[in-house]
Formats: sequence, structure tokens, C-alpha cells
Amino acid sequence: MKELFPRKQVMGFVFSLVLTAAALLVYFLDMSFAVGMTVLLVTAFIQAGLQFIVFMHAGETEDKGLIFTNIYYGLIIALVTVFGTLLAMVWGYV
Amino acid sequence: MDFFDRFAIPHPSPIIYASMVAIGLTVIAIVAGLTYFKKWGYLWREWITTVDHKRIGIMYLLSALLMLFRGGVDALMMRAQTAVPENTLLEAQHYNEIFTTHGVVMIIFMAMAFIIALMNFVVPLQIGARDVAFPRLNNLSFWLYFMGAMLFNLSFVIGGSPSAGWTSYFPLAGNEFSESVGTNYYMLAIQISGIGTLMTGINFIATILKMRAPGMTLMKMPMFTWSALITNLIIVFAFPVLTVALAMGTMDRLFGSNFFTTSDGGMDMLWANLFWVWGHPEVYILILPAFGIYSEIIPTFARRNLYGYKSMVASMVLISLLSFFVWVHHFFTMGQGALVNSIFSISTMAIAVPTGIKIFNWLFTLWKGKIKITVPMLYSLGFLPIFTIGGVTGVMLGMSAADYQYHNTMFLVAHFHLVIIPGVVFAMIAGMTYWWPKMFGFMLNERIGKWTFWFIAGGTCLAFFPMFISGLDGQARRMYTYSEATGFGIWNMLSFIGALGLAAGFILIVYNVYYSTRYASRDIGDDPWDARSLEWATHNPVPEYNFAITPQVNSSEAFWDSKKNGHKLFKGPFKEIHMPNNSGMPFIMSILFFVLGFALVFSLWIVAIISLIGVFACLAHRSFEKDHGYHISVEEIEKTEAERGGAEHENR
Ligand code: HEM
Ligand SMILES: [Cu+2]
Repeated sequence: MKELFPRKQVMGFVFSLVLTAAALLVYFLDMSFAVGMTVLLVTAFIQAGLQFIVFMHAGETEDKGLIFTNIYYGLIIALVTVFGTLLAMVWGYV
Repeated sequence: MDFFDRFAIPHPSPIIYASMVAIGLTVIAIVAGLTYFKKWGYLWREWITTVDHKRIGIMYLLSALLMLFRGGVDALMMRAQTAVPENTLLEAQHYNEIFTTHGVVMIIFMAMAFIIALMNFVVPLQIGARDVAFPRLNNLSFWLYFMGAMLFNLSFVIGGSPSAGWTSYFPLAGNEFSESVGTNYYMLAIQISGIGTLMTGINFIATILKMRAPGMTLMKMPMFTWSALITNLIIVFAFPVLTVALAMGTMDRLFGSNFFTTSDGGMDMLWANLFWVWGHPEVYILILPAFGIYSEIIPTFARRNLYGYKSMVASMVLISLLSFFVWVHHFFTMGQGALVNSIFSISTMAIAVPTGIKIFNWLFTLWKGKIKITVPMLYSLGFLPIFTIGGVTGVMLGMSAADYQYHNTMFLVAHFHLVIIPGVVFAMIAGMTYWWPKMFGFMLNERIGKWTFWFIAGGTCLAFFPMFISGLDGQARRMYTYSEATGFGIWNMLSFIGALGLAAGFILIVYNVYYSTRYASRDIGDDPWDARSLEWATHNPVPEYNFAITPQVNSSEAFWDSKKNGHKLFKGPFKEIHMPNNSGMPFIMSILFFVLGFALVFSLWIVAIISLIGVFACLAHRSFEKDHGYHISVEEIEKTEAERGGAEHENR
């Protein structure tokens, strides 16, 4: 019976609900922009990781090297795009 | 505005009326022809609904050629208008429309379709697969692309073409300065075909990662397949940015949102930024498959293996990453400070390094090779010097301080044409000529092909080198005319003559296809070029299942090894083959997308909603559909193999 119960998945589900609730607090509680943004970013990244690993089974197959390379590659590009845009559109004016 | 007024062309001219008549007559002729020869059923069963990657590739190829001619006529008109000072052939507005559609048609509907055509035809064969990973999705990709292209071309006769440039910068592209529906067409047509491209990206990554023949590790993949993998990776990461930007632009234009407006918190420069976040990777999406094609052709006709396989792969991976780090070089002059510009200048120059590595690898492959001059090889040899000039001028543009001088002049126009033409057009003609015998079972005429090459290569140089000079002299791009006192006249006249040379070259290609279809020998065997990679190991024409027996691979040139070193490609008896069924659903869905796009262009909300519901109905239908494909029996395989004979038999 124990093997049949998808413990990891249920835990993951609960945890992802908790993360969602934490993110929602930013809307309901009155926090400063910096704190709110930090909460949103941190919960978003943990949430994404959770989805990949627990629900999309990244890391469970033998081609996990490929999958993680792809994820990191995407992450690098996303960060470069976001920060590059901020640099060129907002910060880069003297 | 009266309901029907909006469908009228805002700036009519006799040329446009003439084209309307021509388009109408062509459509009637095609419909009548198909009906008369009773070809509707054949067309539907064998082509429209096909999930065979080879046929989809051929459909992409035909569409790309069609778009090449549409874009080419645009180009000729522009060059004719600017050939002499103060010419009055075209008015300013008409000229704007033409350079806009020229850019979009050439990049999105010609070049993209051409590379996807060759990837479709060649990649599954090169990796020894039966088809792509998601054959039906592949059909949908094609039809979405095709409907997007048709929607875009419709703008010319219904409602007016976009005229804000292929970059469609806001605020010029906003409702205030572009009142006609032209820019709506731009946003929606590119959106629809972009969705198709994104699907192709996912499809080919899955195919290449998951469906390679046994023994073909990543580092044993043929170079064209490597380039396709990297290209599709860039597609998957770059196209979503375009999708989002287009959606935002569409909302600005249709629903009055303020993403790119100059007031109410909008930021017009953000469009330029997002456009180039996609746009620079896009130029590498175009060039990498070309690099792959040259890496197949040069070893075949230098008759030795590719020099520096590993560095070729490494440089492509590096290019794919760096191509996302440089986009700001397209708007150095927009007002951001020196620090930002310097950062992107340096990253831009860095990208020339892996590109340079590739050039040297090809040169080293040629060095000590026993070179055989064929048409594909001629294009490859022509590519090297012309592309290098284009690339070096790119590095010049990449120095932000200097770019204040070059930006938006004809110098820039010369740069990108001298990379894109040898990089995409030469490569595609070379690839088409090279793989033509696999596609159609006969070769294109070499003599006509060589003449064509000289027209096209000479035309390219004559058309674009003068622009370096007039650009440095200050001729701005996208200007419909100039005064005689500027002294630009002579350079533009030369350029016009070059354009005529290019046009002659393209007409020769068509003539060559006609001539070879009629007269070329059909008895050419399976491997007419004495080539090296797996696609040549199967029959001519390729059976629908590609390989009767899945090949066993030992190196990146498995077929060469089987010919020269006694490697056994095909082991074991025939087994039943499982194939996917054709489906009309993707076509129907794409028609619905077309109607949706058209309705949105003209704000016909009810039609839009109905067709959107239709799209979702198709998706739902697909989710519940049970389709297990069909099986080809061993007897049938034996029969086909016996009929076609050839390499597989010799190898067994
Ligand atoms: C060595 C590599 C290259 C470098 C350093 C380079 C650099 C640049 C720079 C700095 C610009 C912007 C100049 C300006 O707006 O003033 C530019 C424009 C352009 N480049 Fe390149 N480039 C390179 C290769 C390529 C390749 C391989 C392609 C296409 C296959 C390409 C296509 C284009 C296009 C289409 C534009 C113009 C876009 C427009 O404004 O309409 N470039 N390039
Ligand atoms: Cu660029």
C-alpha cells in the first residue's frame, strides 16, 4: 500500500499551494515594493523548480543531463533578456 | 466609415489594380485546372493532409520559392525607383509599403520557409528516422505558416499593405501614424506563421534528441543535423518573445492598450527592444542551417572529411548562446548611455570569433581536398568571400561609436544583404540543387546551374557593394528618392543593374527546373554525388518509410564508411513498419486561423469569435480522437524494395 501512495506528489502539491498562498499575501498585506517583489520572485522560482522536478519528472530519466542543460540554458537566456532590457530601457541613461 | 470602405486600398495605383486582376485570373486558372484534370482528390489525399516530412518539406520549398519571387518583384521595383534621382515611378507611400513587405516576405516567409523546407526533408533521413517526432504537428506547422503568408499577401489587394518597415517600430506603427489596417496584417500574419515556426522548433528538437538511429550519439550526428538542432533551440527560445511583442502590439492597435504608446505609461522603445531580442537570434536562425548545408557540401566535393568537427559543434553552441547577448546593437543610437553601448559592442564583436572559426574550418577542409566544382560547390565557394565581407562590415557596425555614422544608411543595408544572401539564398539554392535528386529523382542541369551561379553571385556583388559607398556618403536607407546634387545616382544605377542580374539568375533557376524536368536522365542511382551521410543510403525516390531497415551508425559519415570501409548499415530482416495516418484537421484548423486573422485585421468581432471557437473545437476533437496509424506489411516492404533496388541491396 505504501508504495502505491504518491507521497512525493501529494507533498509537492501541498507545498505548491503554500507557495501560491505566500505569493498571494503580497496582494493582501501591505508591504513595501522591495519586500513584495522579493517574495514574488523567490516563490516563483521555487514554484517553477517544484513543477519541473516533481510534476514534470525532470531528473527521473536517463536523459536528465539533457533536460537540466536545457533548463539552465533557458534560465541564462531569460536572465540576460530581462536584465539586458532593464539596462537598455531603464538603467542605462546617464 | 462605411462598412465596405475599410476593405478598399488607401493608396490605389494602376500597378495594384493590374495585380488584382492578375491574382484573380491566376486563382481562377488554378481552380479550373484542378477541376478539369480532376486533381482535387489527389491534392487533398497526397499533399494537403500529408504527414510525411518529405512532402511537407517539398510544400515548404514551393512556398518559399513563390515568396522569393514576390519579394524579388518588390526589390526590383525599389531598385528601379531609386535607379535615377528624383524618379517618379513610385510615390512615397507606395515605396514604404514595398520595402516593408519586401523585408517581411523575405525574412519570415521566404528564408524561414526555405530553411524549414530543407530541415524537413533532410533531417529525418540523416538521422535514420521514419518521420519527425510529431508528424501531424508538422503538417499544422506548415499550414499555419502558409496561411500566415497568404494573409500577409492579401494586404496588398484588400485594405492596404503595412508601411512601417519590417521592423515596424512604434510609435510609427501605432494607430496614430499608421491609420490603415496594414500594420494589423503585419501583427496577425506574422503571429500565425510564428506559431507554426515555434511548433517546428519543438518538433525538431524532439526528433533530433529522441529519434536518432542506433549508434548515432550526439557527436556522431551529421553537421547539418547539428545545425538544425541548434537552430531549433534558438527558435524555441527566441520566438516566444516575438509572439508576446506581437500580441502586445496587436492589443495596442485593436483594443487601445498602451504598451508601446508614447503616453499613458507606454514605452515605444520597448517594441524595438523586444523586436530585436527576437530579431538578432533570428538572423542566426537563418544562418546556422546554411552553415550546416555548407558543412555537408564542402566535404562531399572536396572529397575529404570535414575539418574540425568538434570545433564546428562548439562554435555553433557558442553562437546560439551569444546570439542572445547582442541585440542592443540594433539601436545604439536610441539614447542609452556609453556603458550600455560598450557592453553590447563587446558582445557583438565576440560573436565574430566562433563565426570566424567556422570559416577557417571550411578553408582547412578545402585545403588538400580534391575539389570538384559542381553547382552546390560553386555556391559554397562563392559564399566564403562574400559572407566574410558582410561579416567584417558587421563588426564595423558593432562598434557603437562608429555606428552613429553608419546606422540607418545604405551601409547597413549593404551589410545585411551581404550576409543574408550568401548566408541564406546561396545556401538554399546550393542545398536545393544538392538534395534535388533525393527529392525528385533527377538532377538539375549543371551547365545552366553554373550560369545561374554567376548571374546571382555577380548580381549580388554589383547590387550591394555600391551601397557601402553611397551609405558612407550619407545616403539614408528607406528614402524613396534623392536629389541629383547628392551624387548618389551612379551608385544606385549600378545597384539597379546588379538587381537585374539577380533577377536573371532567378529566372534561370525556374528555367533550369523546367529544362531538367523535361530532359534530365532519371537513371541516376541513389547516390549521384558520391556523398557521405545517411540520406543517400536510401532509394530514389525515397519510399514513404525512408529506410526499410533502421540503419546502424558508427560515425558521423556512416554511409561513407559503408561504401569505403565495409561498415554494414542495414542488419537483420524486414519487420512490419508502423506509420502515422494523414489528417485533414490541421488544414481545417489553419483555415480557421486565417479567418480569425482576417477578422481581427478588420475588427469583425463576430467572425473572429466564431472562428476562435472553431479552433478550440479542433483542439478538443484532437484530444479525444483515437488514431493509431497503420502498418506496412513485410510483403509490401519487400515489393517496394525490389522495385527500387539500389544502395540498400548492394550493402547487404
Ligand atoms: C559577424 C557577425 C555580425 C555582426 C558583428 C553584425 C552586426 C550588425 C549590427 C551592429 C547591425 C546594426 C547596425 C545598425 O543598425 O546600424 C546589424 C544589422 C543587421 N544584421 Fe548583422 N551582424 C552580423 C552578422 C549577421 C548575419 C549572419 C545576419 C543574417 C543572416 C545579419 C543580419 C542583419 C540584419 C537583417 C540587420 C539589419 C536589420 C535592420 O535594421 O533592418 N547580420 N548587424
Ligand atoms: Cu544583430
